Parts: sequence; structure tokens; C-alpha cells
Amino acid sequence: MSTETVSHETHTHRDDYGAKIGMWLFLFTELLLFGGLFILYMAYRYQYSQEFHLAAKELDITMGTVNTMILLTSSLTMVLSIVALRKGNKLYSMLYLVLTKVFALGFMVIKYFEWSAKIHHGIYPGSETLADMSNGQVIFYGLYYTMTGLHGLHIIIGVVILAFMLSFIYRDKVTSDNYIKLENGGLYWHLVDLIWIFLFPLFYLLH
Amino acid sequence: MATQGVDTNYTSFLDYKGKYKGIFAWILSTDHKRVGILYLISMLGFFAVGVTLGFLMRFEMLSQGRTIMEPQTYNAVFTLHGIIMIFLFIVPGIPAAFGNFFLPIHIGAEDVSFPRLNLASWWLYTIGGLFAIFSLFLSGGPIDTGWTFYVPYSLRTTTEVIFPLLGAFILGFSSILTGINFVTTVHRLRAKGMKFFRMPLFVWSLYSTAWIQIIATPVVGITILLVIVEQYFGVGLFDPAKGGDPILFQHLFWIYSHPAVYIMILPAMGVVSEIIPTFARKHIFGYKAIVFSSLAIAFVGYLVWGHHMFTSGMSDTSRWIFSFFTYIVAIPSAVKVFNWVATMYKGSIKMSAPFAFVMAFIVLFSIGGLTGLVLGSLSTDVHLHDTYFVVGHFHYVMFGGTAFIFFAAIHYWFPKMFGKMYNEKRALWSIGIMFVGFNMLYFTMFILGYLGMPRRYYDYLPQFETLHQVATVGSWVLIAGIILMAYNLIKAWRSGEKAPANPWGGLTLEWTVPSPPPLTNFMEEPIVTHGPYDYELLEEEGDEHGNS
Repeated sequence: MSTETVSHETHTHRDDYGAKIGMWLFLFTELLLFGGLFILYMAYRYQYSQEFHLAAKELDITMGTVNTMILLTSSLTMVLSIVALRKGNKLYSMLYLVLTKVFALGFMVIKYFEWSAKIHHGIYPGSETLADMSNGQVIFYGLYYTMTGLHGLHIIIGVVILAFMLSFIYRDKVTSDNYIKLENGGLYWHLVDLIWIFLFPLFYLLH
Repeated sequence: MATQGVDTNYTSFLDYKGKYKGIFAWILSTDHKRVGILYLISMLGFFAVGVTLGFLMRFEMLSQGRTIMEPQTYNAVFTLHGIIMIFLFIVPGIPAAFGNFFLPIHIGAEDVSFPRLNLASWWLYTIGGLFAIFSLFLSGGPIDTGWTFYVPYSLRTTTEVIFPLLGAFILGFSSILTGINFVTTVHRLRAKGMKFFRMPLFVWSLYSTAWIQIIATPVVGITILLVIVEQYFGVGLFDPAKGGDPILFQHLFWIYSHPAVYIMILPAMGVVSEIIPTFARKHIFGYKAIVFSSLAIAFVGYLVWGHHMFTSGMSDTSRWIFSFFTYIVAIPSAVKVFNWVATMYKGSIKMSAPFAFVMAFIVLFSIGGLTGLVLGSLSTDVHLHDTYFVVGHFHYVMFGGTAFIFFAAIHYWFPKMFGKMYNEKRALWSIGIMFVGFNMLYFTMFILGYLGMPRRYYDYLPQFETLHQVATVGSWVLIAGIILMAYNLIKAWRSGEKAPANPWGGLTLEWTVPSPPPLTNFMEEPIVTHGPYDYELLEEEGDEHGNS
């Protein structure tokens, strides 16, 4: 995930390219982690296409769209932060990072309202309302909560990573000629974004 | 290659005094050799627990009805035996202990690409293991689902399921980190002249294994997470009462857990490919064939998971496709076996403990592999599914295959790792005893399974009693062999003779450095000029020197 210092006093080893290989491999495992859920989605959509159709209509497309735009913009500010640092502009780099985090927070706030609206209507795992619905709808909401929940967890992890980056830049541990950590953090953030790009149409748009 | 002489003017990694003292010098060390030994010791500890549980299980089967424990205890014991042996011993097994220690040395590197991540993976391993142990003492009692955690039973049981599952999840994380580390290390840190096709076959096998770890482990990660979510929130994804499909759990589980058996066996095959040329003093037969068969196993092994589910409900088409791929994956394994045997042909073989283990391995693994084909074909599987035949097959490939080679690796590299020699004669005796006990125990299981004894049953019909008793006595013999081996190694570790740099006459890079290796592995940066098994080449050079 980052350049590592071998603990021999005399020798410091830095391999940015290797660090990037490691990060890409890690992202690959993240994709496969979500891949299991996408397989489940596929199998159940095939089994319960009618019910999925019905249940998807209950989701709020406006909130989903706004969230998609927020996340895409946050990816932009993430890249801008890296560019700024590479050009030696520490302050702007930090500013863009903070902006990215603000977007992330905005995403989570909207997600909160979305979830609580659903829960308010009695749609949550194990609820009575859900028990009255058809099996396919139960599975749809089960997948909805699990997948967006796991994605939300990744957003939170991403925010924590970005917080570390912020402090690294502030303390000059990540600088204009040693910014692989920030780049790898950015890669993680784009992954989180990318997964949402798939979740959004699967749940909100496919009626 | 570098000088062979033993240099006393160096600090070995064992004597090195770092920032920390006492035990912290080990559990906080990022030196790949120390991490490897940490793994080795932890795994042997868990292995001892697993063996004890296995012993208890076999003891229970000594007579019909209750022998020493209640049925519920028996369920917990076989579950724990499975979880500990699979997740804590055999999956991390050879890569985490010997891979960590020797991969960097084999390719001429000072350490792995991410040393801190490497230490972190050991910590995760330890935490995962502690979770599994800790769960035994929680209110629900020890888990009784079997190591496969099949739903819907794992959702219904009142025993403690969440903690062992969390433990397995964390262990998966540790396994992924090791995989990422190894792939990056092989790509980035090879020494000058260490071309891809000059790498020792052990490195190739670790490289293939690391890819499987990266590709397969996340899938079981999500599967385990889903069972935990199911337990807490009752989402319904695997619950038939809510429209979920338990068969999907089995698919996701085996998408990881079948490739996982190749995570277990491939590194063992790599060790075999090291030991045979060293003791036959001959170039390995078909180097590239072995390399590509490793990669082929890694790839095709990903497509055969359905053969665990022939009787759980699948279309006939998927059944024969999975059966077909199962037959295909046997081919690269057979290629390896033939190559090993061909390597020995006309070699000048020196019989010694590591080599004896390899001989035992070839016999046991061949039996295990061929009985795998019996289970892989549809019609016979219907008869043998979920019987002792499966248990026998699994132990032949995993214990007779991987664990025997784990022991071979200990005996092969013990002088290098600890700088001490062990008693060869006693080692050979322990192998002989283990081999006899092993066959008594597990070959009997083939017969029992063929006659219809189901696995995981607490009790059995009267006609099975004699065979069960033979198997139980076999387990005692096997354990006696293991204890003798452990005694021999511990004695060697305490008061063995000092080992030379190259006791076996091997040609891979670890034998060019003193035993135990210095902190940064090499006295000077190695430059590789020939392949890892070019014995003929060296002999010619030796002759020329002799003549001149």
C-alpha cells in the first residue's frame, strides 16, 4: 500500500512502482469481494425478475442521482489534489482533499436520509412490512441494504485513509517528489466511486 | 555464484540485536526470516491442537456408542479439527512459513516488497486464530456446523457461529496480504540475472499460489460476511424461508474453497521440485512443464468447484461440465508427478530424511489424486458422496500431500533456518512410523466409505467396528511417529551439531549464504549466472578446474 522502510538502519528501500502493483492487486481483491454480491444479485434477479422490478420502483431516483454526481465530483477533486501536490502546491492539495471529504460526508448524509425514509416505511430486514411482501422483494431489499451498506463502509474507510493522507501532507511525509501514498489513496477512492457507478443503475434505474 | 565457504564474521538474523528486546524482537520484527519462523511456530502450535482433536475423534470411534464424549461434543470436535487444520495450518502452511523465509533468498532479495505488511499479516493470522479459540468459551458453546459452515444449519444452530466466522474472515485477509506481497516481490525484487525462467520452482509455485490467494480469497470473505450479516439482521439472502437460496451459499463457498486446496498443495509441489534435484544431483526434468503445470492448476482449479455439489442440486449440464474440468485439472498434477519420477531416473540419489518424505509423498499423493478422480466422476460420486471415502481422499492429498511435504520442508531447511543438524537416522525412523500409521488410518477409511460409512457420524453399525478399530490404532501409530519427529527436531534445535552452509549440495541461492543467514540475507549482492538446477553444468566446470 505504501513504500516500506526496511528496518535495517543502513538501508532504505523505496519502490513506487512496486507499491502501485501492490495497490492494484489489493483493489482487484476488493472488486472480487463485491463480485460475490454481484453474482448473488444476478442469480436472484434472474429468479425474481418481476418482484425486483416492483421493488426497484420504491427507490428514490433523485437521491440516487444526486449521490452519483457527488461521488463523481469527489473523484475529480481527488485527482486535483494529486495534481496540485505534484506541482508543489501543498495548500491546494490539502484543500482539495478536504473538499473530497466534504463530498464523501454529503454522500453519507443523503444515504442516511434515504435509509431512514425506508426504515420509516417499515422496510428493513426482519420488519413486519417486509414479511408481508413477496420473497423476491425481501431479497431485493436484502441485497439493497447489504450492498449499499458494504459500499458505505468503504466510503468510511476511504475517509479515514484520506484523513491520514491529509496529515501526511501536512507533516511533509507525502511531498511533491514522494506522493505514491496519496496516489494509492486516490486509487482506493476511485474504486469506491466505481463500485457505486455499478450499484446505482442496478438498484435505481433497472425497472 | 558466490563463495561457498563458511564466514564467521557476520551476525546471523537469529543473533541480531534490534530496537526491541526479548519476545518483542520477534513479534515486532519485519525481517521476513523472523516472520517466517513466527508463522512456523504458531502453525506447529495449532497443528498440535488439531492433532489432539483428531486423536480424540478417533478415540471416540473406537467402539460403538459412547466411548469418551457426547454426540454434541463430537460435532464440536470435528468442526474445530477442520477449522484449525484448514484455516490455521494448511492454508497458510508452506507459503507463510517457508515462503516468507526462502522466497526473498531464492530470488536474491533482501526482504519482501512490503515487510511491514508481512508482519501485519502474521498479526492478523494470530488474531484470527485467537478469535476461533476464544469462541469456544462464549455462552453458545463451540461451533458445530462442520468447517464448511453450510447454511441453513449455520443460521439455525444455537452454538457460537459469529466469532469463528470472524476469525476465518480475518485469516482470509491475512492470506490475501501475503499473496499481494509475494506477487509484488517476485515482480520487483529479483536479483540481477534472476530471469523469470531461472527462478527456482518453489518460487514459481508460490507465485501461482499467491495469485490464487488474491483471486479466490475475497469470495469466501464476502460469503462469510454474508452469513454474519444473516445472523445479525436476518436479511434472508441464504434463508429459504425468506426466498434465499442455500445452494448459492455452497457455490460461493466452493468458488473459494476449491481453489484453496490448490493454495494448499501447489507450494508443496514446489518444495518437492526443490528436494528431488538436490538429492538426485540432477537437473529437474521438464522445468518449463512444471512451471506451466503450476499456472495451469491455478487457472483450471478455479473452474471445478461444482464437483463438491454433485448431489446438492444442479443441472445435468453443469454437472458434466464440472466433472470434465475435474478430469482436466488432474492432467497438470500428473505431469508434475511424471517429471519428478523422470528426474530421479539415472540420478545419483542420496537417501536422506527430506528425500524419504518426498518418496512417501509421491505414493500418498498419487493414491489421493486417483481416488479424487473416483469422486470426480458423476456416477461413482453419488455412491461415495459424504462417506469416509471423501475423508480418506482428502487426508491423502492434504495430510499425505501437503503436511508430509511441510515436514519435508522442515527437514530440508532446518539446517539453514536454525544452523543446526538433526539426527538423520531418527528422522528416517519417524517417517517410516508415520507412513505405516498413516496408511492404517486413512486407507481403512476408503474401505469404510466404500462400504457405506457416512462421514461426521457419531455412531456406526456393528459391521464397521473392526475397521474403525484398525483406523484408530493407525492414528496412534501416526501420532507416535509425529512425536518422535518433534522430539528429534527439538533435540536438534537445542543441541544439534552446527550446520555447514550447504549440507545437501543444493544449488539454489539459500545454500550460498551461511547458516543461519545474515540479517540482509547476502554478504554481497548476488548475480545469477545459471539456472537453479544446473548440476551437469557445474560438474563440467569442476572437471575443467580439476584438469587445469
